[in-house]
Amino acid sequence: MKKRHWYDYLWIWSIIYFALGFFNILFAWLGLIDFLVPIIIAIFGGNKFFCNNLCGRGQLFSKLGTDCKCSRMKKAPKWLSSKWFRYGFMIFFLTMFVNMVFNTYLVAEGASSLKEVITLLWTIKVPWGWTYQQGVVYDWIAQFSFGFYSLMLTSAIIGLIVMIFYKPRTWCSFCPMGTMTQAICKIKAHKEIKK
Amino acid sequence: MLSKRYAYADSGRCVSCGVCTKVCPMNAISIFKGCFAVVKEELCIGCGKCQKICPAACITIKERGAL
Repeated sequence: MKKRHWYDYLWIWSIIYFALGFFNILFAWLGLIDFLVPIIIAIFGGNKFFCNNLCGRGQLFSKLGTDCKCSRMKKAPKWLSSKWFRYGFMIFFLTMFVNMVFNTYLVAEGASSLKEVITLLWTIKVPWGWTYQQGVVYDWIAQFSFGFYSLMLTSAIIGLIVMIFYKPRTWCSFCPMGTMTQAICKIKAHKEIKK
Repeated sequence: MLSKRYAYADSGRCVSCGVCTKVCPMNAISIFKGCFAVVKEELCIGCGKCQKICPAACITIKERGAL
């Protein structure tokens, strides 16, 4: 047996994060940790320690897929982990992220009003109003929460689907954060890779 | 004595998720600077656990004699 580390239990964090969003949407802001930490580690550490050891979502997929046998363990189609799809999906995901930030800006400027909905898979609107009472914080802070939680839930759903159909961590093969951090690492280590 | 087979990771297809490093019973795989997985061939016993779990299917099991 391999030695257990404290960070081997971060899959619990992933569950807690999604659970908190059902009670108070403002907790969605905590998800920014999962956005910033991998980038900081990649830029300053030049490695993917986050993906390899800290990613709660990846661990959750491993737990459900491998330990709970919720995965068919079939090979995923090759294009799913091809460069063009990985970078294409990353660009799509980032575009949707910028779109979400722009919506937040519109609410902050008063050009549009706060919408208490979660948008799943960028299309399906689900009323989510019970998690927020208007006026608790600035409208834009709440708007960002709804938008960010939508992105997190959407990617988790896609991840769960590919986990069931293919390998447990198939999501990792086209995860936008993984693609981004790997690209940063490759730029940092380009001299050593060429050898 | 070396095993008959060993794992080989395709650095061009690897997404460096690190799941192979977690399942390897010999700790023979590491992620080189976040870029790709590298197998220490002399430690590898060719069990194929990494090949089975790799989401990008970038690991193949090779025969040692074949090289």
